[in-house]
Amino acid sequence: MRDIAIVSYAQSDCVRDAGARNEVELIMPVIKNALGAVGLNNAQDVDFTCSGSCDYQQGAAFAFVLGVDALGAVPPIKESHVEMDAAWALYEAILKIRMGHADSALVYGFGKSSPGELPAVLSQQLDPYYLGPLWVDSVSLAAMQARLMLDQGLISEQDMAEVVVRSRRNAMANNPHAQLKGEVSTESLLAQDRWVSPLRKHDCAPVSDGATAMVICDLEKAHAWGVPYAIIRGIDHRMETHNLGARDLTRSRSTEQAAAACGVANGEVEIAELYAPFSHQEIILTKALGLSETTTVNPSGGVLAGNLMMASGLSRIGEVAQRIIAGECKRGVAHATSGPCLQHNLVTVLEAA
Amino acid sequence: MANLVAVVGIGQTKYQTRRTDVSIAGLVREAAVRALQDADLSWDDIEAVIIGKAPDMFEGVIMPEIYLTDALGCNGKPMLRVHTAGSVGGSTALVAASHVQSGTFNRVLTVTFEKQSESNAMWALSNPQPFSPHLNAGAGGYFAPIIREYMRRSGAPYDVGIKVATKDRLHGARNPLAHLQLPNITMKEVEESPMLWDPIRFLESCPSSDGACAMVICNETLAAQSPKRPAWIRGVAMRSEPTMYAGREEVNPQAGRDCVADVYQQAGITNPRQQLDCAEVYVPFSWYEPMWLENLGFAEEGKGWELTMAGATSLDEGGDIPWNCSGGVLSSNAIGASGMIRFAEAARQVRGDADQHQVEGATTALGHAYGGGAQFFAMWIVSSEKG
Repeated sequence: MRDIAIVSYAQSDCVRDAGARNEVELIMPVIKNALGAVGLNNAQDVDFTCSGSCDYQQGAAFAFVLGVDALGAVPPIKESHVEMDAAWALYEAILKIRMGHADSALVYGFGKSSPGELPAVLSQQLDPYYLGPLWVDSVSLAAMQARLMLDQGLISEQDMAEVVVRSRRNAMANNPHAQLKGEVSTESLLAQDRWVSPLRKHDCAPVSDGATAMVICDLEKAHAWGVPYAIIRGIDHRMETHNLGARDLTRSRSTEQAAAACGVANGEVEIAELYAPFSHQEIILTKALGLSETTTVNPSGGVLAGNLMMASGLSRIGEVAQRIIAGECKRGVAHATSGPCLQHNLVTVLEAA
Repeated sequence: MANLVAVVGIGQTKYQTRRTDVSIAGLVREAAVRALQDADLSWDDIEAVIIGKAPDMFEGVIMPEIYLTDALGCNGKPMLRVHTAGSVGGSTALVAASHVQSGTFNRVLTVTFEKQSESNAMWALSNPQPFSPHLNAGAGGYFAPIIREYMRRSGAPYDVGIKVATKDRLHGARNPLAHLQLPNITMKEVEESPMLWDPIRFLESCPSSDGACAMVICNETLAAQSPKRPAWIRGVAMRSEPTMYAGREEVNPQAGRDCVADVYQQAGITNPRQQLDCAEVYVPFSWYEPMWLENLGFAEEGKGWELTMAGATSLDEGGDIPWNCSGGVLSSNAIGASGMIRFAEAARQVRGDADQHQVEGATTALGHAYGGGAQFFAMWIVSSEKG
């Protein structure tokens, strides 16, 4: 199968409320930057375009149709869309390159969560007959998961606070787009009131508006463009049952399966970017991926520093790719998730050329 | 070069206004189980599931793959959800095919559905978009002015749409799965039905259906073990263009012309009317048949209606290029599945498995879907021959 390279990645700032800027205005700058980084001008300069977004964030059907306006798709382009995080749009684009119908692709994701109440909106992801009508929100479900872990003695509240401390610190040092950053102490965090017990507000990813974009291609194209790149060595994703009671919520089997399938353990993992919207989930994922003490987890601060719903998964992959391209490391792992309590997980292994 | 792959299993539900006897999960499972049975396979033979449907607002379930994994036997497997507006059924089939064409998987299941009775598509299609002018019209209101422009340009007689509406319902009467069963429909009845969005009458519009369609797609090696004849996928193409831009050709969209040129080139089709035996084309409003006959190169620009009126697209009139022998979207419209039904019905024809609506000796067929403001296109060519 053809090796595929990530040649550029661009992300907007994560902001709590993008105000009157619409989706097109969020997308256009990141697309321009991602294309511009490899000397391209518009979507006609790549062979395929794929995006990820969710209508319910905007509160109207076909939100992605307006996204096409941001592409300048005249003359027409080869284009597709997943109603998933854009990490899965990347997956679709990779298949298109592997099958030989494209040598290059633009992938983007966007989300404007500010107009709605994201946790309540996500409750409508649940089984529409038994769970949806109860409006159990995403934070409450994650709180239940954290409670299980605390009660079983798998983690402590101190562990959770330490995840947050590291996220804020890394975001301050390494991530100009972060929404939440700074030096905080575990003591000060643990002194905060609980929000949805046992979660405190800082255990939960913030709600952010923004967009990300990435350009990928086969190696020949990367050489033709004369740009540095990171190689996608493996990518795999797995789903788990929707019945929360039938899952062991204290671990992530689907992440374990995806990690095994794409060869995470085949080499040293220097950095890992994990899509953990809740502090305790970073601990679950670190374990599921088999990461050791030597791995730097979420050098960007992860999504606790800013969560572009529908783009955060792609952004994790972009963050690792950027660091490899910059020569900061040789091998890294990126993770994306979807669904309540880490139901669906995608793992990518990236390596230096 | 993409790997050669084939459709080896097809399953559909009966299409009808309300399927109150099943949940959404029950609906998709019914189609999936039938596709597995058709291919003589079980859930363990499936490596990944690719699911598609129109906007989540139609049923009010966000990212329904999260909920549907259990019903589709996908736990522990990859699951992908495609959404490309009305073309989604076609796009989903293409994305599913790419899983195998890329060599990444050997055999996948793809399922599309809509359970329109659990919501209100007109509402979901018409709610206001922030920062955009509000078109409180639904799909018919959107397409009516484009159809009027086609009529003005082509000088087509007023009853072309009436003929298509009648023809597709007569086709649908041959297909026991079709939603509308109108074996005695007449052009007079269509003409006398209420005008909804001038020039589109009630009977010139598609129904709202509940239903699901599923296919099993596998590589060449596994297809050889298939109990029934495989439908080889000989060409695949997608194109998109924006809803609006200065000078946009809305009657005969460039994206459609580019898409079909691409898929014909892959399949070695230079004269579609001669080389294809039949086509399943997304015609949700009657007049889109003559419009797409031109867009897809079956007739010169302005002449598509002549084929329709001459009976060339009618199975009952012995036409040389029957369109929508299954009854088409005009007979069954489970929106998210409608594109895939076209793709699957094209495959049924070349498998020689279309029962009462079979085109005698069909070997090569086109499956077509479009969506949005006639701006998203997905197409494939299937054949009984590997090529």
